[in-house]
Amino acid sequence: MTELSSLDDLKHYHFSKKKRSFLIIALTVLALFLTFMATLMIGNYAVSWNDVIGILMGGGTSAERQIIMDIRMPRLLCAALVGAALSLSGLAMQSLFKNPMASPSILGISSGAAFGASLAISFGIGAAVLGSYSIPFMAFVFCFVTMGAVYIIARTKYGVATVTLLLAGVAVGAFFNGLVSLVQYIADEETLAAIVYWTMGSFNKCVWDSFYLAVVPVVLGIAIILFRSRELNMISAGEEQAANMGVNVKLTRILVITGTSLCVGGSVAISGTIGFVGLIVPHIFRMLVGPNHKLLIPLCILGGAAFMMGIDTISKAAFSVSIPVGILTSLLGAPFFIYVMKTRKKEMWE
Amino acid sequence: MKVDINGVEFSYASNAVLKGITFGAGTGEVLGILGQNGCGKTTLLKCMNTTLSPCRGCVTVDDSCVQEMSKKEIARKMAFVTQTTNITFPFTVYETVMMGRYSRIDALGHETEKDVESVYEAMNETEVLKFADRYIDELSGGERRRVMIARALVQEPEILLLDEPTLHLDINHQFDLMELIRNLATARNMLIVLVTHDIVLAARYCDRVILMSRGEIAAAGTVKETIRPDNLRRIFEIEADVTEDDRFGMSVVVVGKADRSSATREEEEIPQHVRHGIRAENTSAEDYGICRTDCVTKFKSANAIRGYGSQEEDR
Repeated sequence: MTELSSLDDLKHYHFSKKKRSFLIIALTVLALFLTFMATLMIGNYAVSWNDVIGILMGGGTSAERQIIMDIRMPRLLCAALVGAALSLSGLAMQSLFKNPMASPSILGISSGAAFGASLAISFGIGAAVLGSYSIPFMAFVFCFVTMGAVYIIARTKYGVATVTLLLAGVAVGAFFNGLVSLVQYIADEETLAAIVYWTMGSFNKCVWDSFYLAVVPVVLGIAIILFRSRELNMISAGEEQAANMGVNVKLTRILVITGTSLCVGGSVAISGTIGFVGLIVPHIFRMLVGPNHKLLIPLCILGGAAFMMGIDTISKAAFSVSIPVGILTSLLGAPFFIYVMKTRKKEMWE
Repeated sequence: MKVDINGVEFSYASNAVLKGITFGAGTGEVLGILGQNGCGKTTLLKCMNTTLSPCRGCVTVDDSCVQEMSKKEIARKMAFVTQTTNITFPFTVYETVMMGRYSRIDALGHETEKDVESVYEAMNETEVLKFADRYIDELSGGERRRVMIARALVQEPEILLLDEPTLHLDINHQFDLMELIRNLATARNMLIVLVTHDIVLAARYCDRVILMSRGEIAAAGTVKETIRPDNLRRIFEIEADVTEDDRFGMSVVVVGKADRSSATREEEEIPQHVRHGIRAENTSAEDYGICRTDCVTKFKSANAIRGYGSQEEDR
């Protein structure tokens, strides 16, 4: 614990904290790069580090290039995109609602997307025009339909209160969950299996087109939330106090929710619903570095991407069949989360 | 700098909380607002910094209507320390105080040496520098309150609004905090408006006092003019001895509860000019005529966009 007594002490403290933040971000970037390289190497056909570097530089045999550049690379980039998007969305929701239990699913967006995908899988809605893209398209559309419904329900003539928004999200989410169950109930066995598999989340069907589909909304959503880091800091310390310090709370709320919708919409469109990531990744980093969003947001983006790439690689390499990542995020994420919580709880939950 | 509150009215649905509050205040003074629970003290502070939008009337700082200012402009003019501190995600003391620079830092949020210096000054004045690296939830109530005042000071405001700053503090820390408030008003030449339930501290540390009752100003003026046994009996229904002390100024000793019937009877006799409060020097209702209409109209439409601080949210 540092005890400060002069202006020089405080300046030193301020700038050393900044240096520390840069160092932590640099290390996380390095960890992300190493995870990326390692996951490119691992698979049914093992590729060495040097070969991966060679292939990335344009070398390698055509078979190796096909494995790395056309199969593993788009799948990994999709996993990175989804991991970053879900982690950041969870962080944004926890801070906006000042609720440590909040996650991207808190506003019912994931449930809405699941319903959209279920409609496409069961009834082939949109398939005539969009073909195989009808599922991600319907998921994406229903993300925004859900968001709009939640916002309209929560709106009163005085504005939108955060608690009302939260409750409307829970209610709309429950409603769409009910609809998904209804679609599952009336679906035949094959369709039911497809819906259940989709709701577990997987990157098995991710190709370059999937990446192109998700990259624009996710990057846009991340950028919106990233540029609101100071406001999120202040709102997480109290909305009224944030407004007293000059924050436009309503504008921030709208932007953060839009950013979250873009992130979640883009993610579920290509991977299905993957639970738990948005809850545990922000908490792990918050326990490690504290609640300052200026550091927490970059860490959640980078760490979330690395986490999801790692989990996806385990899901496809550690078992004889590829297991849906949604199962592994819970099975592996929860014990790790508990470990961090027990060892680092001093800062946050004591 | 002068702040004028003119004819401010506020209602929660059909429940009128403020009924035409009018007063003025200037730099360097500590203005205490006292009254029973639910008389509209905190609502008045919230109307002053536009957390709540008045149904009628306006608040001006140097003749500029605050309802027409942006959130950042208001934050640069006045800071508000609320009763409670949210610690769902506890930040360090330094991070918490630095947040107060929001309205003065560029849009990209780059903190410069000037910002660090401002934070140092505020933390030094409030004696929280030694806690810089500690988490806010590790501090006592009194220490936390000082941190919140430091955060308000780094906004470099001309007006500091404090809502029950001594709430939950022991008597020793109450005096410490009030000494700090008194010194800040002098050293920074700022207007401090504080809502308090503590008549003893208000009598000792305030320059002027407004006594509120049922959304109206029941008495206003210097401590000597307002904190009198008859006013206290009428507004708080208490019997008190008020004496002037050479060492400590005004001192109040509360003896017990007053006879309710006599207090009620006396309240009916509040002179009309006192009910309307104290008016700033050289100003009149006409001075506010145009501003009042413009502000209310503009603010109501602005509120539809701004959203935060709507009546529903703050209820």
